Amino acid sequence: MSYQALMAQLAIGVSNGAFYAMLSLGLAVIFGMLNVVNFAHGAVFMLGAFVALFLKLQLGLGYYASLILVPIIVGAFGVLADLALLKRLRGLDPLYGLLLTFGMTLVLEGIFRYFYGSAGVPYSAPEGLVGAVDLGFMIMPLYRFWVIVASAVVCFGTWYAIERTRLGAYLRAATENATLTQSFGINVPVLLTLTYGLGVALAGFAGVLAAPIYSVNPLMGSNLIIVVFAVVVIGGMGSILGAIVSGFALGILEGFTKVFYPEASNIVVFVVMAIVLLVKPAGLFGRAT
Amino acid sequence: MSTEPVLQIRDLEAWYGESHVLHGMEFDVRAGEVVALIGRNGAGKTTTLRAITGIVKKRAGSVKIDGTEAIKLRSDKIAKLGLGYVPEERGIFATLSVRENLLLPPAVKPNGMTEAQIYELFPRLQERARSQGTKLSGGEQQMLAIARVLRTGARLLLLDEPSEGLAPVIVQHIGRIICSLRDQGFTIVLVEQNFRFAATCADRFVVVEHGKVVDQVASADMDAKSGELAAYLGV
Ligand SMILES: Nc1ncnc2c1ncn2[C@@H]1O[C@H](COP(=O)(O)OP(=O)(O)OP(=O)(O)O)[C@@H](O)[C@H]1O
Ligand SMILES: [Mg+2]
Repeated sequence: MSYQALMAQLAIGVSNGAFYAMLSLGLAVIFGMLNVVNFAHGAVFMLGAFVALFLKLQLGLGYYASLILVPIIVGAFGVLADLALLKRLRGLDPLYGLLLTFGMTLVLEGIFRYFYGSAGVPYSAPEGLVGAVDLGFMIMPLYRFWVIVASAVVCFGTWYAIERTRLGAYLRAATENATLTQSFGINVPVLLTLTYGLGVALAGFAGVLAAPIYSVNPLMGSNLIIVVFAVVVIGGMGSILGAIVSGFALGILEGFTKVFYPEASNIVVFVVMAIVLLVKPAGLFGRAT
Repeated sequence: MSTEPVLQIRDLEAWYGESHVLHGMEFDVRAGEVVALIGRNGAGKTTTLRAITGIVKKRAGSVKIDGTEAIKLRSDKIAKLGLGYVPEERGIFATLSVRENLLLPPAVKPNGMTEAQIYELFPRLQERARSQGTKLSGGEQQMLAIARVLRTGARLLLLDEPSEGLAPVIVQHIGRIICSLRDQGFTIVLVEQNFRFAATCADRFVVVEHGKVVDQVASADMDAKSGELAAYLGV
């Protein structure tokens, strides 16, 4: 195994990990606050990529504009979906939320499959992000490098907002005890809807980042989301830091497995999940309740 | 001075699911008064406070706060009427630092205490500001729970068993704080099992039994009625 090939897999691993981190972060925040296992997370990731495609084809808006606009559009979709549907399930068994979001996934994927089949539509990276970058110890595709940086910034920003700001304190308090938080005069119902919107917006952002790597296709979310669920379980359901750290770590682990034992690369994350569940059922960063 | 009570409770009923817990509570609290709710375990004292705050949602009757009917309002709206609630289990958040716990509740009325004033009153909270909220001792958590509502500008405070489970010196300290809050003009509803503690600054005792008020005793008549009260409390 050459050093270059190892490094190439590492680069792919870290950038895949960047997607795992962004997606599991949104899932973790939504689960923590709303107690909803958002099965639609992969579908909104796909939606983000398609909205970027539409903005380009219909309005001629480029990649960078999409990076800003798509999270807003997809987040607004999340807010509406919450107000119209999810909100009715508050306080019920999480199973209902899982079923509803599973249904939303089928509808969203069905719509896009109807119009696009399951073949992908290419979406090219902006010119400035084409090519390779020399990091000194390795040469890396510039776009993957950008994905890692952008994801790290967004993950850090989300972590900071939750752990260090006043709004974040509201979120943490409501996650811990929504009833008491509301009795202090905090509008928890609005906070819940916003949280769903923000979690979903993160997935939309990840969808735009993914568009130039994976071709834009209706199933791009469901291929990824199963792994992301495993990542969330490993990190600890609802743990912000756990989602970020295990997202990147498992991407790297998957990359290395491709090098040393390629046959196992598709299952390594699930093997880790099984071990974590046996040893620490609440997840690596989870709080046992 | 207006004669309108700050808190007026009429025919208050409350349920946990199917179980009917309050059966027509009635009492008034006037501005600047400290009223102690006393009664046996399970009499419905905590439920009364939770029905006032709107935390118990299934309720009927009338709760007027400064003349505004609150029975149909959501709990965050009720808080904005100027209510500060210190729950029985204290409700300190483990995922928030001491300072974040303190700063959590938004202002509900103008002129709440500043952070500096709070720290003057509870120096210990400043020393521990960065620790995790639930790492505090029981007494410190109780002080934090009280301090937290003093910042919001609420003038009507509901305190549920602030002395529960605390060492005698700390109970005395908290007692002094409650008396000083009364001297500053706060209106306080105090739930207490510790009768001697309640007696240090309560103006009036409201005796609760089976979800109803069965007696009210002004603290001036306390000595004469102490036998009766002891009977109610089953001590
Ligand atoms: N969450 C709940 N669900 C169902 N029933 C409850 C709940 N909380 C309290 N109860 C019942 O309601 C009744 C009144 O309880 P409450 O807690 O108001 O009493 P209390 O006077 O505060 O008692 P204590 O002095 O023990 O704190 C009790 O019979 C209790 O068992
Ligand atoms: Mg009680």
